[in-house]
Amino acid sequence: MSDHEYTPKSKAGKWFNDRLPLLTLANHLTDYPTPKNLNYWWTFGGILTFCLITQIVTGLTLAMHYIAHADMAFESVEHIMRDVNYGWLIRYIHANGASMFFLAVYIHIFRSLFYGSYKAPREIIWIIGIIIYLLMMAAAFMGYVLPWGQMSFWGATVITNLFSAIPLVGEGIVTWLWGGYSVDNPTLTRFFTLHYLIPFLILGLVVLHIWALHVPGNNNPVGIDVKKPSKDTVPFHPYIVIKDGFALLMFMIVFAFFVFYTPNILGHADNYIEADPLVTPAHIVPEWYLLPFYAILRSVPDKLLGVIAMLSAILILAALPWLDTSKIRSAVFRPLYKQFYWILVADVLILGYVGAMPAEGLYLLVARVATAYYFLHFLVILPVLGLKEKTLPIPLSITEPILGGTANLATARNKESSIK
Amino acid sequence: MKNFLRILSLIIVFLATTLSSHAAEKVEYLKTDWSFKGLFGKFDRGALQRGYQVYTEVCASCHSMKYLSYRNLAEKGGPEFTEQQAKAIASSFDVTDGPNSDGEMFTRPGKLSDKFVMPYENVKAAQAANGGAYPPDMSVLVKARGGGVDYIYSLLQGYEDPPVGITLDEGVHYNRYMYGNKIKMSNPLSDGLIEYSDGTNATVEQMSKDVTTFLMWTAEPHLETRHQMGFKAIVYLIILTILVYFSMKRIWSRVETEV
Amino acid sequence: MSEKKTNRRDFLFTATYAVGAVGVGATVWPMIDQMNPDASVKALASTEVDVSSLTPGKTITVLWRGKPVFIRRRTEDEIADARSVKLDDLKDPEKDEDRAKNPEWLVMLGVCTHLGCVPLNDKGDYNGWFCPCHGSHYDTSGRIRKGPAPTNMEVPKYEFVNANTIKIG
Repeated sequence: MSDHEYTPKSKAGKWFNDRLPLLTLANHLTDYPTPKNLNYWWTFGGILTFCLITQIVTGLTLAMHYIAHADMAFESVEHIMRDVNYGWLIRYIHANGASMFFLAVYIHIFRSLFYGSYKAPREIIWIIGIIIYLLMMAAAFMGYVLPWGQMSFWGATVITNLFSAIPLVGEGIVTWLWGGYSVDNPTLTRFFTLHYLIPFLILGLVVLHIWALHVPGNNNPVGIDVKKPSKDTVPFHPYIVIKDGFALLMFMIVFAFFVFYTPNILGHADNYIEADPLVTPAHIVPEWYLLPFYAILRSVPDKLLGVIAMLSAILILAALPWLDTSKIRSAVFRPLYKQFYWILVADVLILGYVGAMPAEGLYLLVARVATAYYFLHFLVILPVLGLKEKTLPIPLSITEPILGGTANLATARNKESSIK
Repeated sequence: MKNFLRILSLIIVFLATTLSSHAAEKVEYLKTDWSFKGLFGKFDRGALQRGYQVYTEVCASCHSMKYLSYRNLAEKGGPEFTEQQAKAIASSFDVTDGPNSDGEMFTRPGKLSDKFVMPYENVKAAQAANGGAYPPDMSVLVKARGGGVDYIYSLLQGYEDPPVGITLDEGVHYNRYMYGNKIKMSNPLSDGLIEYSDGTNATVEQMSKDVTTFLMWTAEPHLETRHQMGFKAIVYLIILTILVYFSMKRIWSRVETEV
Repeated sequence: MSEKKTNRRDFLFTATYAVGAVGVGATVWPMIDQMNPDASVKALASTEVDVSSLTPGKTITVLWRGKPVFIRRRTEDEIADARSVKLDDLKDPEKDEDRAKNPEWLVMLGVCTHLGCVPLNDKGDYNGWFCPCHGSHYDTSGRIRKGPAPTNMEVPKYEFVNANTIKIG
């Protein structure tokens, strides 16, 4: 794991380190050679770590006051909002923190897609990331159920009913998930238990994610392998720490604005109505970060196929390292892929938009086209593009274009075209 | 950095427009100036106190307010009645307490720590007394309606005769701001319905505004603290961001790379 | 020139660290303070007890702030007992007159000052209370006489609202 042997200077340090090499680990983390051309899209890894810790800390404190019981959950949330010292602040941070977490993770994923960070030798990092993403969705969904408002209740009903699409055993599984014949108190308590557990699973996976990252080292905007340590790299501390810190602060300003000035804009008004099993809200929508998948689900007119399509849309990402056949990582040197990349971004945003709209008429048509394109991108365009695309020549080292001097022809050309 | 910001702002603009178009309702609500909106928004104490009066004298006969306690009336950031006034308000209500040592429930005058007394024993009783419709609890009502304060404010002034061709069942009223236009609550306000203790002229518009302000406070009792703290937090973050930016520039000046 | 530059850099970094530390502190505080008694708990500070049914020599125990409060209507003998003790004999000297303003009524927290158990009524070497956990003996004024407890049982703030009702807190 470490790139060079490290021995602590002090005797006590050496004694300790021989028995538990924490100091070696700390030294590895501070000295970790990082490509020096990383841009701000790379700061979201650090931001996501911050998001996870924020969610865990605020979640723990909320759990000290929250009561996971169908008769008391809603009231206990109001108790937190009114009476608990700073309860309103902690809850709003936690609720908006989920949205900020997803905002950051989407940027993180799309950065990876643009710069080909999922390609060899980083497939394992990518797949761990997909698992984290799936767990995040599970945690977010169950967390949304806990306040026991109307959206909590009906969201839980709709999502758990997805499992009823499974032939033969579906109904049995749903009953098992509920612990009854409908979403009720047993469902709430188990969701609370799992909602409490999952963040720690994510934390463990994050450690693996970073460990796996530190084996080959970071990808970078140019997408070529970097010798490390070398003049192409800088030590993680202080260079990357301060840069991540700067980006994190900008992120926190946005975060603070949501928490203090529009704390409920990302939520749904119906969730301030206590759960009522007799009345369904007129228009059920999931939280914004699940909308694209919700649109895919609704665009398929068959129950089972819809569920399969939605799950495939996520799982297909795990196969991405092998679906993308291109030898070149960074989209900077893949002019055609770059265009398709932006089309995909637009496609996902459109899916998100129609996911929030009623599933009828034009919206449904758009959702179907966008769903089809989503799969087309991964299953057809990417494999074919990797074989057919004429890529730009890549520079030999990342310092080359930066230090000037004998600038690489390809880079120069690329710069020119981007100016145009 | 430039590229980064450009793309980021594009995405934010897209999300913002999506959100706002999503939030936009088909009906235009009546507009009024709310003192609690904006970065430094605060409640108008007079409006809160009058709003409380409208609530107790008009709404409270049907609508409960189960998450509030009488002590809240004297708390900072709310109507800020004096403790004496709040105690007097509390003791004007009969609270069921018990069981006493004989195992009997008994009633006593309310205390500051008591929750607002509910107009009905339970939801079923409320439905039975109101033709099957449950008058919703008002504690978080403003946050539970898509249009928020504007919706409540408009609804209270939105009663009118039904347009030709629409027939209403017994006990159903026409309101142009209600979802589906049919509402079971009869028009609760009329000019001069109550007599404000501070002498303000009790027009429907005035009462609507006051009671809506009051409901905003009941839904978000810490709104003022939130605004004040938020301003400080954001100013602090901006200062720290600037400091970190210059520190970063200085650290990175050791290597020949643009940050 | 270079010296000046170093100073400025040091100042910049120090300022950044200092401002950052303030922010961390301000963020940590809400997470700690949320565990303090909340507004609804603080509001439940007082309770009223009807003592009309108490005859001399009887004790009732009521709950106040989650703790037991002993209300004892003392007999003449008990009062005489409590008042005749010399202050020098006491581990935690306190006059009975100060503990029971109205000698007939003793109101105190039924919590042993050793480790918080509830002492038993009419027990122990001094005919007052006896804590079964670690053997502390209290007299008829609730003062510690023997055993590990360091202080007398605490007298809360209380008042007679009328002849039959005590308001504690």
